[in-house]
Amino acid sequence: MNVRVHVTPKKGILDPQGATVERALPNLGFEGVSEVRIGKFIEFRLDPQGKTAEQAKAEVDEMCRKLLANPIIEDFTFAIDEG
Amino acid sequence: MSPAHRPVRFGVVVFPGSNCDTDAHHAIGTFPGAGAQFLWHKDTDLAGVDAVILPGGFSYGDYLRCGAIARFSPIMQAVRDFAADGGLVIGICNGFQTLVESGLLPGGLLRNMGLKFVCRYVNLRVENADTPFTSTCDEGDLLRIIVKHNEGNYAVDAETLARMNANGQIVLRYADASGALTDEANPNGAVENIAGICNDTFNVFGMMPHPENSVEAAMAGGADGRRIFQSMIDTVLQRAEVAS
Repeated sequence: MNVRVHVTPKKGILDPQGATVERALPNLGFEGVSEVRIGKFIEFRLDPQGKTAEQAKAEVDEMCRKLLANPIIEDFTFAIDEG
Repeated sequence: MSPAHRPVRFGVVVFPGSNCDTDAHHAIGTFPGAGAQFLWHKDTDLAGVDAVILPGGFSYGDYLRCGAIARFSPIMQAVRDFAADGGLVIGICNGFQTLVESGLLPGGLLRNMGLKFVCRYVNLRVENADTPFTSTCDEGDLLRIIVKHNEGNYAVDAETLARMNANGQIVLRYADASGALTDEANPNGAVENIAGICNDTFNVFGMMPHPENSVEAAMAGGADGRRIFQSMIDTVLQRAEVAS
């Protein structure tokens, strides 16, 4: 299975990097950009070892909560696909 | 020798990438009533020390998030157990980051608001002098101590922050020379100028500034950091006296 995890600063927490990029884009003539958030993208392969899709999902969710993201300051989403 | 008169032993945890560990060890050595020893991150016990210092630096290269990997070091289970038993733990800079990642302190530390590494002296206003880490201070005292970090922007949800304020867990705030909490005095954008916090049982303390770099009056910057360590030493001795 291929797993892709997106980690972004938690909603409501100021993201100084995102704010800086948001100010820079109009300077280059790109208008209409808002709500820029800069985070991390993590990808890995997961050997299913007989797990159902549901179990794999629960496991990745736990990985995110325990290590890949810090839920106190970050939000995360992930996608799992076969292959 | 009665327990109250033996030297207070500090354990300084050394993670791969710690770089303020020798400074912390040296700082404790300047106190006649105390001694320090290093504790390796792979150790599984604290060798009977009276207090633990998680030092500054870049444990595990700050990979993923500052302190995120150090949290899983074997020694951290011993630190958690020690803290659960009421033992005194101070995390300085990267040590503070490790404590929030471990869940031993609330909140998190984000990248500095200015997106720059800051290295300068700050004034810290003592908000609660009734803790094992500030008992040698009075409320409102200003400590002049250095900060040197890139991720010191303390953040926490509003509900937890309100509870921490009500409990007196906000121990140090960045202030100007007159003691006012201004934006200019805040080096990193931390919410409510927070520089140092305690857990709700007041035996685990994290601070971004470096008291271990301000322990000798002859050095630039003065010796205000002594008051943090002296408070810890006094607390350990008082506890030993009560127990004996």
